[in-house]
Parts: sequence; structure tokens; C-alpha cells
Amino acid sequence: MASFSQFGSDLYTGKRSYDIVGRRRTWYLVALVVIVVSLVVPWLRGGYQLGIEFTGGSEFTISNAGTLDQSVATRTVESIVPEGVPRVSQVGQDGIRVQTEQLTDRQTTEVQEALAEAYDVSDDEVASTYIGATWGADVLAQAIRGLVIFLALAAVVMALYFRTWKMSVAAMAALLHDLLITAGVYGIVGLEVTPAAVIGFLTILGYSLYDTVVVFDKVRENTSQESHRTFVQSVNLAVNQTLVRSINTSVVALLPVAAILFIGSYVLGAGTLRDISLALFIGIIVGTYSTIFIASPMYAHLRENEPKVQQADAKKRQAAERRQREVDAAAEV
Amino acid sequence: MARSTPVKKAIRSLTWLVVLMAVLAGLNTAASVLAGTTKDESGKWFAGASWVPELALDLQGGTQLTLAAQNTEGGSVTREQLDQAVNIIRQRINATGVSESQINTQGTNNIVVSIPGKPDKATIDRIEAAAKLTFRPVLSTSAATNTAVGGDGNASASPTPYSPPASLPATPSSQPTDGSDLAQVTPALQDLYTNYNCAAPDDVTTAPDDEPLVTCDQDGAAKYILGPVEVSGAGISNATSGLATDSQGTFTGQWAVNLTFKGQSSEDFRDVTSRLVKLQPPQNQFAIVLDGTVITAPASNAAITNGKAQITGSFTAESAKTLADQLKYGALPINFQVQSNENISATLGTAQLVGGLVAGLIGLILVIIYSVVQYRALAFVTVLSLGVAAALTYLVIAIMSWRVDYRLSLAGVAGLIVAIGITADSFIVYFERIRDELRDGRGLESAVESGWKRALRTILASDSINFLAAVVLYILAVSDVKGFAFTLLLTTLIDVVVVVLFTHPMMQLIARSRFFGEGHRFSGLDPAALGAVYRGRAQFRAPVVNGKRQRSAGEAQRRQTIAERKAQQGAVENGTTPDGKDD
Repeated sequence: MASFSQFGSDLYTGKRSYDIVGRRRTWYLVALVVIVVSLVVPWLRGGYQLGIEFTGGSEFTISNAGTLDQSVATRTVESIVPEGVPRVSQVGQDGIRVQTEQLTDRQTTEVQEALAEAYDVSDDEVASTYIGATWGADVLAQAIRGLVIFLALAAVVMALYFRTWKMSVAAMAALLHDLLITAGVYGIVGLEVTPAAVIGFLTILGYSLYDTVVVFDKVRENTSQESHRTFVQSVNLAVNQTLVRSINTSVVALLPVAAILFIGSYVLGAGTLRDISLALFIGIIVGTYSTIFIASPMYAHLRENEPKVQQADAKKRQAAERRQREVDAAAEV
Repeated sequence: MARSTPVKKAIRSLTWLVVLMAVLAGLNTAASVLAGTTKDESGKWFAGASWVPELALDLQGGTQLTLAAQNTEGGSVTREQLDQAVNIIRQRINATGVSESQINTQGTNNIVVSIPGKPDKATIDRIEAAAKLTFRPVLSTSAATNTAVGGDGNASASPTPYSPPASLPATPSSQPTDGSDLAQVTPALQDLYTNYNCAAPDDVTTAPDDEPLVTCDQDGAAKYILGPVEVSGAGISNATSGLATDSQGTFTGQWAVNLTFKGQSSEDFRDVTSRLVKLQPPQNQFAIVLDGTVITAPASNAAITNGKAQITGSFTAESAKTLADQLKYGALPINFQVQSNENISATLGTAQLVGGLVAGLIGLILVIIYSVVQYRALAFVTVLSLGVAAALTYLVIAIMSWRVDYRLSLAGVAGLIVAIGITADSFIVYFERIRDELRDGRGLESAVESGWKRALRTILASDSINFLAAVVLYILAVSDVKGFAFTLLLTTLIDVVVVVLFTHPMMQLIARSRFFGEGHRFSGLDPAALGAVYRGRAQFRAPVVNGKRQRSAGEAQRRQTIAERKAQQGAVENGTTPDGKDD
């Protein structure tokens, strides 16, 4: 794939360049539209579908089921708990999962035995789970607290490392963008929000910032070097120079996640692996995108109006014009 | 820099890596072998060591109970109380004979109990019940009988609790006058006592307070008939252990447990002790009962009038402390509520584990294929580095599983698979830097060195963000999230170790080989393909545009001739025209 390294080389030298930073208004508009859609569509759909970990309820999982007929489960549950509305889904090759509202201990035992009989398996093959509504809320509350503390710490660490708080702001904006969109896709597709999905979201935080730091490190390097480029041009060059890295990294990170997503969805069915990997899959794509199209342009935007930067830019523009005139003059001779 | 220095450094780094891995592997092997060959490994340093990491419930099947501790007196549960509650629950579960249970605290007031298999309702009820410490008068006691326990510690057949025939009268012939009245011992109670088997006790956890009770002590060595509850453990304000003093306040050299009662309880205790002190043994003893089991039954030798009792006997410093702690736990105003009861069948757990591993394998193969396409022979370094990272991770998990009882959960497996991407990214960042340096016209050996300096900075900065995320999640988050955060933490650290001690030294070494050093077409480091300008005899000169990347570039630029400057400026302006078109 010599053409790809040629592509990288061209990006590096500036022979080929995508004006990403200059078109920031376009990217802001795109982000705004996508975020509005991510917020409105799930709301129109009637909010997020929460897993039983958050709503509370009982869940039965039948392994090695004799038949995969889901109506059997519905009938069985309704025969014991007439008012319970069971949600039945297939798990993996030969598993059936039944979710109901919270049952009493006695009902749980009865349903468990009835399901074992209906699906012709031993009692041991029917796993029952009962989750109080507060459990998921506890997990979520802790996760949100962790999130806030992490964001604050990360912002401080980045501001110290890059010696400018503007990079932190730009990185956080990109992160917020990633979270809103990932959550939006979850809501639009109508997938259940489970603790595993929450883990996925938390990982996106780390990944999104990680990716931003790699690109910002190049931005820092370029903008701190003496050059005749304006500030915006330096940032743009850095984004272009790291483009190949960004593509390679996101592909390499996506491949294992895609493998889990595939195995999780088609072989194992609903469960931890699918929920984590789906959030990650969306998050990695959006996270890579936002570093390039949100974080970097926003950083340039924040900095370019600083008097110092403006002064330096003005000088560089004058010098460039002067040189251009010299070149023109030389050409005329 | 002398030519051989990088090689020396590289070999030193690789040696360190080999030593590190050898030490970890050696430690685990030695412990595993010892654990495998020693009969009774409990308590030894190598106990529980194995080459197979322990799996969490969601992968091996079992039941996980989340219990919320609630303060019955209102207010919140303190950290200390929660830790004590864990001890109580551990004792209760051990008492049911379930082995390999794992009990942890989670968050501020939750306790997570993991039990292999599926516990019955009775076990859950027992775990859920509030810890109850009571004081009951002793009516009768003797050494336990029928403790049908095999010589090797395994019960030959599980005995069933004895129930007295229904024909025996179970109501006292006359109304008992006080708690010590032997009239309470009905023929039915006497029969139960005679035949009571401490190896198969009744469920005494929830025995009613106002009735006599037949029970055993904690070790199952003695059995008792006890009167109704006289003083509740909630009346204890404090329990400490220390050296006993006599009436003159001088130390007797004996260890003692000091009990302090509060309010009404100190009066109740005074009434009981003034009654008991006049009775004959064993009726002058009072039993301290925790969850229905006697923890100790001291004789009272004085009426305690001030609410301050001292228990002496053949205590050691340790046993006195244990008793004092137990008395304190018993006073814990905590009960537990089951918040979730998750049961995972072993079949489902295995399916999840296999699925996760297969997904990891597929992911790894895809990463390798992509690396080969992108980096040609350089992918060899990526694959080896990932291999080293995988081996290190496995070693650390095996050792953690042995030393701190770490258990790999499904979320943890997902964390490991995600880590493949983040670890590979460090190599990508590094390789791209080396390529950038090559594009600037450096030779490979110097490109490896200067690329490394820049790449390491980026890798450390980005990994610290990941590390921060993992640490915050690990400290604050609960259950599954913790397992995930832990693997993220571990793999981030291992990523740094591998890239410093393996990937970079490998690059230093292969940079000297002809294949890579001369930029073979398939080496992934072919300067021509990367756009550097060939200048003859293994020297490459960069396209003019790039000259400025060196540190002295600024100065050099100022000293350029006008013609050079014009040429360069022309190239730059064409290169970065804001409309994004190529030239």
C-alpha cells in the first residue's frame, strides 16, 4: 500500500493538505445538527429504554433450551403471573431470556420451575436474577460522580501539560460532542441502556481524550516552533500530519471492538459484551472524528484572537506578501 | 553519540524485560507447583496460586447478592461498621458450609456476596438477617455429642437436624418464675437437647427471643439449653480488650474483655447478674449469643451494678480482641436488604467466556493483518510487542488472582480486548514518528532515536490520561465497572513498559540490520516510498520544505539566500493553500 504511505508523506510535507481548521464553521454546524438530532429523536421515541438494572425487575435465562419458541415463555410466565408482561428474547444459539417486572420470591421459584419444565431443561439451567430498582441507580450515580471528577482532573492535567487551558476546553467540548452523539445513537436505535453500556460510555471518555492528546501534542510541537505559518495554518498542518496516525489508530482500535460486537450480537446475543462493544464502536469513530473536526478547529478558534497570536500572524502575513512581491518582481525580470 | 551506545542501551532494556518476566513467571510457577503438591496449603504464602486465573461469577456461573446495609437507628452506616458487617456475613456464610465465597464492600453501604452455585432461600434469609447479639442465662450445658465428623475433616454423610417426637409435651408444667427457672425445660426440649447434633444444628439465626433455645457454641464443642433473652446486644455501648485489673486497680497479668452497658441495659444486666451469682453451676453462667450461636458463656461471680462488666478466663491477647470485636459487631444496629440477586448458570458463563476469547482472537488477527498491510515487515515488531504485552498481562493477572483474589469478569475481558487497540496505538504513534524523521531525510538509526524522543512524550501524555480515567473509575465505580477499570489500568501500565523495554530496543536493533537500515521495499521504512529525497550513499535529503523541522531551522532559515527563500516560500504557500487542493 505504497499509495497510503505516499498519502501520509504528502500530508506530512504539506504537498497535500485538507483545510480542516479553516472550514470550522461547517464542522460546527454539522456537529450542532447531529447533536440536536441525537437529543430530539430519542426524546420523540419516548426516552431511553432502560435495562432492568435501572428499572428493577426479574430476569430468567434458560440455557440449552429444547425449543427456541419464545411464545412458550410468554405463556408460562403469564400462567403464573397473569399481570406480568414478559419480554422474551433469544440469547446466543440456544438460550432464552425472559424479563418481567419484579416478582416475589415465591413467584420467582414457581416461574423458574415452570420454565425449566416448559423448555425441558433441569432447574439448574434456568438462571434467575432479581434486581432492585435502586441498584442500577447506585451504579449510575457512582458512574456520574466518577465522570465529573475524571473530567475535572483530566482538564487540569491537560492544562498543565500543554500549558494552556484552551486545549482543555477544546478537548472537553469534543468529548461532550462524543458522549452526546454516542448516547443519541443508542437512543435512536432504541437499544437498552444497561450497566455494560455505561461502562462503554465511560471508556469513550478515556479514549476520546487519549486521541485528542495525541493530536494536540503535535499541534503543540508545530505551534511552538518558529515558522512562517500563521497559527491556524500550523494547527491545520498538525492535524494533517497526524491524519494517517488517526486513521491507523482508529482502525486498529475498531477491529477488536468490531470482533466483540460481532460475536456479542450474533453468537452470544444480548449481554455485557454486546452492550460494551456497541458503545465503544460508535464512540471510537465519533471520538476520532471529533479530535480532527471539533477539538483542533476549536483550539485554533480560541487562540487566533489572542493579541500575541494576532500580532505574530500579521507579521507573518506581511512577510509572506513581501516575499510574494519579490517573487513576482523576480519573475517579471 | 557513539555508534554502539543505542545497541548497548537496547540490550540493557531487553535484559531488564527478560528479568522482569522471568521473575514474575518464576514466582508464579514456584507458588503454583507448591500449591499443587502441598496437601494443606491454607495459610501458606503460596495458597491459591495457579496458572489459571480465577474467574468471576459471570464467567464461571454462580450467584451474586448485593446487600444494602441499613442503620436501624437511622443515620448512615460508617465504613468501620460496614467492614464489621462483612465479617458477620462471612461468618454466616462459612457457617452454612459454602466454600469459595467472596465478600466485598461496594460503595458506601453495599456488600456484594458471590457464592458459587445457587443458594436456597434459607441461606439467603440467613445472610439477610440483622446481626443479633443477645445475653441468655444458661440452663444446662454439656460437651457436644454426635458430632459425626469424619477424621479427615469431611463429613461422611450430611446429617439432618434432629426433631423431637411430637408426642412429648412442649409446654412447661408450671409458669416459669424467671429466666433461670428449670421449669422451662420441657420433656420435648430435654429430648432435643439430649439428641442435639452440633454437626447438624437447627437454624437458630432467627430463634425467638422469649423462648428457651437449644444451641451449640461456635466450635460445635459444647451444647447448651439457654433461657430467654435477658439483655439485648444493642445495650452494649462499648467492648474493649486489655489486661485485667483487680479491685485495687493493679494488673493481674490476665487478658480480659471489658463490656460497658448503657441506660436500661445496665440495669437489666445488674438484675440478671445479681440473680445468677446466687445459683449453682452451670446456672450461674450467662451465654453471649451471636445469631443464635454461643460465642462464650462466662460464669458471673459478682452482681454488676455499674454497667461495666469484665470477662476473664483463659484469654490470649488475640482471643480477647476477637471477643471484644464480636461483642461490638453484635451491637451493630445494622440489617441488610437484598438489592439484587443475580444467578448465572455455569453454561451461560462458559459461553460468555468462550465468546469473549474468540472475539479477542479474531480482533488480534485482524490487527495483525492490518499492521502487515500498513507497516510491512515492521508489523513483526507490532506483533511481537503485542505478544509481550499479552504475556505480561497474563502473568500479572495470574499473580493478582493469587495474591489479592482478583477475579476476571466479562467486563474485564472486554477491557483486555479494547486494550489491544490502545496498546497498538503506541506502536503506531512511534512508527509514524520514525517515518516523519525519515521524510526529513534522516538515516534510520538517527530517525529511530529522534523519533523515539518525540513519540515517548506523546505516548506518556496520552497514557497518563488513560491511566487517570482508569484510576478514577476504579476508585469510584462499582461492581462491573471496577473490573473493567482494573484491566484498563493494568494494560495502560503494561503498554508503557512494553514500548520502553521492548518496542524501542527492538527498533534500535533492527535499524542496524541491512533489511531495515537500507529501507528495503517491504521493510515499511523505505525512504523513497515515504517521500524522502535520495542523495547517494545511504544519505537522504529531505525535500526543501522540511529543512525547518530541525531545531536550528529558524536560524538556518534567516541565513538562507534570497533565492532559496523564494523557492521555499513558493513551495510552502502552494502546500498550505487554504482551499485544500493539491498542487
